[in-house]
Amino acid sequence: MSVSEKTSTAAATAPSTPSGGWRGRAGQISWPELAAPLALVVLLVSFGIADPGFLASGNLAAMLQAASILVVLVIGQTFVVATAGIDLAVASTMTLSAIALGEAFAAGAPVGVAILVALGTGLAVGAINGLLIAKGGITDFIVTLGMLSAATGVALIVSDGKPTQVIDSFLLSITVDGFGIITWAVVLAAVLAVLAHVLLFRTALGVHLLAIGGSVRASRATGVRTDRVKITAYALSGGCAGIAAVLLVGRVGAAEPASNTSFLLNSVAAVVLGGVSLFGGRATIASPVAGALLLTALVNGLTRFGLSEFYQPLAVGVVVIAAAFLARFER
Amino acid sequence: MTTSVHEQKASVTENEVLLAARGLSKSYGQVQALRDGSVEIRAGRVTAIIGDNGAGKSTLVGCLSGMHQPDDGQLEVDGKQVEFGGPQNARDAGIETVYQDLALVDTLRVWQNLYLGREEGVGRGPLRLLKRRTMRQEAARMVGALAVNVPSVDARVFGLSGGQRQAVALSRAAGWGSRIVILDEPTAALGVQETAKVEEMILGLKEQGLGLILVSHNFDQVLRVADDVFIMRSGATVAHRPTQGTTGQELVSLVTGATVDLLESEHPTKRDDTE
Repeated sequence: MSVSEKTSTAAATAPSTPSGGWRGRAGQISWPELAAPLALVVLLVSFGIADPGFLASGNLAAMLQAASILVVLVIGQTFVVATAGIDLAVASTMTLSAIALGEAFAAGAPVGVAILVALGTGLAVGAINGLLIAKGGITDFIVTLGMLSAATGVALIVSDGKPTQVIDSFLLSITVDGFGIITWAVVLAAVLAVLAHVLLFRTALGVHLLAIGGSVRASRATGVRTDRVKITAYALSGGCAGIAAVLLVGRVGAAEPASNTSFLLNSVAAVVLGGVSLFGGRATIASPVAGALLLTALVNGLTRFGLSEFYQPLAVGVVVIAAAFLARFER
Repeated sequence: MTTSVHEQKASVTENEVLLAARGLSKSYGQVQALRDGSVEIRAGRVTAIIGDNGAGKSTLVGCLSGMHQPDDGQLEVDGKQVEFGGPQNARDAGIETVYQDLALVDTLRVWQNLYLGREEGVGRGPLRLLKRRTMRQEAARMVGALAVNVPSVDARVFGLSGGQRQAVALSRAAGWGSRIVILDEPTAALGVQETAKVEEMILGLKEQGLGLILVSHNFDQVLRVADDVFIMRSGATVAHRPTQGTTGQELVSLVTGATVDLLESEHPTKRDDTE
């Protein structure tokens, strides 16, 4: 066996482009990740044909507006699910952040400060989740389930169960003004989605988020500070919940201690629709965002077709389970 | 101290002692996993560490890679005494480890795995923007320098064969200016062909002047690949043999601590069933 000869030639003529395996980027997108964008297009077209009013600018504006909050929550949820975790507390963190905003505003703080309080509350709740999971060694499911209840409870206690009116021209303009049907809230959600995409695919932190989702052990062995990355994922999710709270208060005109359960379900649903592996390690931002738009359009369309709103949870549930079922056949 | 030999360190001379361990011991509570671990790793040579299960191989290797901190004994790199507080210290000293499970993230691409934990980017900290093109090219070079029929650096690791996965793990270990690579049972899970390829890669690294540590149960492989063999038994290094001039029989007897009864070794045992 002329081993030495073989290896020396291999070393000398190191190929500039590797051979074998799949080449290029054609194989980089898997079809579960394409499902949500495709389904969104199909749904828009078919609902649009069945009811031209569905694609009228007024309805599109309403859908985009409604979707913006969910999109922001979904971005945070995607980060967490990419690390093979789950954040069941996103919606209640949003509620608590909204209450924090309302209380700060009612106490006479300028709206900018009130917004910062909301963002800080979201970040803090997320960081606590992350700390308990990474350092405390408690399962993500239990920690965030507990936080779901705890954050809702704190929101109820602080607000005494009553909504606080937040009448402010700036908050109102976020959800009303903008470029035609594209309000500032929609712009904000879109910018966040782009930033999240850059973070996930173009930064070291993004690789580490996906790496710990793939294998905590291997990541740690190669020097990734897995605990920090995990905490960061939950803090990002909490921060997104804080941003969503600002949009929510702007839209409602008040901070309500409501449970917002549908936001939680829909955020997980959109992530699943977006082909993000619940086992972690594989994620995109665009597809879950498309999933959020899909869910919003579905609910809007069903309402327009006169289906009772009682059917909406059923429809969402069926779609999500169907998506998860299809994702099983990947690879 | 001021011998001229030490100043010539930059050019790796054949047979230069890179790493030496003497009398390492390590206990876990009441259990003494390692009593007297000694080993010497030379540049451009493959040094095998063999022993039965529980003989202390893993603990000894763990001390060399910084995973374990020995209770007692000496560890020398280039003749200077060192202490490793963790794997990062060992890595800084040029010692890389390829773990049995390879420590690859299946869902990431080959180039991402090669650079995991030391991504090159613009700026500092975790938010540094990745130099993806540079890393992919360099990753292709690193893998290409080691193995023929290499996987695409854009492939996700889960799609690779066992041998290709080894190639990725090996090129990561060897590709960072490291001088010693520890291989823990590198071919335990591989077929015949893949094993041959991995052995070829190991010999390639040896040609490049690296010091390799091979932990293996496969005595045939040790005889094929290694230059030196250290034999461990119940927590201590009991023998050192150059591979040339030793036989599998002798290794077996050293590992078991018994003289080999030729008749007994050819006795039909349950192993026949597995053939």
